[in-house]
Amino acid sequence: MAEVNLTVKKLKEKFMNSILEGTTFRNEVTVTVSKGEIFEICKFLHSDPDLQYRLLTDLCGLDFFPQTPRFGVVYLLYSLKSNQRLRVKTRVGERESIPSVESIWKVANWYEREVYDLLGITFDNHPDLRRIMLWDGYEGHPLRKDYPTEGPDFDKPFVPEV
Amino acid sequence: MTINMGPQHPATHGVLRIVLELDGEVIVRSTPHLGHLHRGIEKLAESKTYHQAIPLTDRLDYTNAMGNNLAYVLAVEKLLGIQVPKRARYIRVMMAELQRIAAHLIWLGTHALDIGAMTPLLYTFREREDVLRIFEEVAGGRLTPTYLRIGGVSKDFPEGIGEKVKAFVQTFPDHIKEYETLLTKNIIWLKRTKGVGIISKEDAISFGVTGPTLRGFGVKYDVRKAFPYSSYEDFDFDIPIGSVGDVYDRYVVRLREMEWSNSIVEQALERLPRGPVLANDPRITLPPKDDVLMDIASLIRQFKIVSEGFRPPAGEVYASVEASKGELGFYLVSDGSNHPFRFRIRTPSFANLSALSKMIEGRLIADVISVIGSIDIVLGEVDR
Repeated sequence: MAEVNLTVKKLKEKFMNSILEGTTFRNEVTVTVSKGEIFEICKFLHSDPDLQYRLLTDLCGLDFFPQTPRFGVVYLLYSLKSNQRLRVKTRVGERESIPSVESIWKVANWYEREVYDLLGITFDNHPDLRRIMLWDGYEGHPLRKDYPTEGPDFDKPFVPEV
Repeated sequence: MTINMGPQHPATHGVLRIVLELDGEVIVRSTPHLGHLHRGIEKLAESKTYHQAIPLTDRLDYTNAMGNNLAYVLAVEKLLGIQVPKRARYIRVMMAELQRIAAHLIWLGTHALDIGAMTPLLYTFREREDVLRIFEEVAGGRLTPTYLRIGGVSKDFPEGIGEKVKAFVQTFPDHIKEYETLLTKNIIWLKRTKGVGIISKEDAISFGVTGPTLRGFGVKYDVRKAFPYSSYEDFDFDIPIGSVGDVYDRYVVRLREMEWSNSIVEQALERLPRGPVLANDPRITLPPKDDVLMDIASLIRQFKIVSEGFRPPAGEVYASVEASKGELGFYLVSDGSNHPFRFRIRTPSFANLSALSKMIEGRLIADVISVIGSIDIVLGEVDR
């Protein structure tokens, strides 16, 4: 735990105004940060010699409809050096965008495309932000809470013209 | 010239489509297109109770169903904070490792077939059949057994299964030698795999590559050792690693891994403790079937759990296992209701596949086939 506390401590020292909360649930450490400095925070976590969170295990989005700000973005990081995981969470509003971390971890390219595709959160400075699972021209974002599970066209199947 | 490879191409191991821009026979740029197998499992699971989502996980990486079940039930158990009996943990380890062997056997057979060696496929599917027969007897299913339950496993081992598992683990090392005589020093195999698909170790980590593909680069990261789960700390095993990370290294890593898996199954079988195979927590686990038929309290409990499920505390957990392809993790967010608020699946194939373009650009078309085979993707878990 000392190592993780080190992470939280270092973050709080460096980004005093952006770190909103640090919690532990079932031995997992979650740091909630504000969106403004998310890129700088990720960059710091990745390259600080004591931390070295080099593996972005996962990046996903959450929909808190009907709360505001509506969306959340979650980064799950892993440090090969200290064998620690860290979860970084931030909130994004409905018509807002969030900086892309593609230049820090290359895998974020696809993860962010997936979040964009299924939840409709846009990422700034992403080199290739297009849908990944669904086809171009698809309307709506299925993982949103106000999107029906059975699909909006459940009773009217769409047959494309040949 | 631009050519389209897939989605109906036998060497893409499913419905992957790659658009290749070529200069002669050299690939200048490649663009993978995913989603042909997107079934919306994450969305679907949000409307189901925690028990009901188990069969969905079988269908992610359908070559590694037991491992997928394990990752999911571990996540739910972590969320609930319940303990699983030791016998169930050992049975889970045995099943997960047998499944790893079966998954690697599919990989070996099809990978060799892609490169042009047809014989290994016939050999590996022979041994895979033995594993599936064991699954059939234990769980009742072969490809999608849905054997694990939240809190344990669905039923105890049937009579006489120990001898069958023992017979398998005793003969399997000889079969690995058999595969090796066909491939390891085969000159065509070496020419198609040595020095192919190399990227730097830093790039591999940056692309989120995990599993045998990452270990081929010489990075010793295995979830079974880094975050031991389900009593893996009780067993002696090593993590095989490669050196340069070419297709050949990944091949060697997976072969050694099968030997270690075999050894883990053997150890677990020898030390298999007696006792219950399902935690006794009346809020969560189903009562024994005999009780349901005999007394009204168990019947009511069964009805409540099946129809309504249970309500874990609000919170979020991430639990992962070392699946056959890499780190498979479930990130569950609970809002205290009887179905998950967010059901996120971190699949190894998705991240591993994102490194494909980097591995094949500047190389020949023929190398695409060996690289796709070596990163061992299953589109069922790429697209979810």
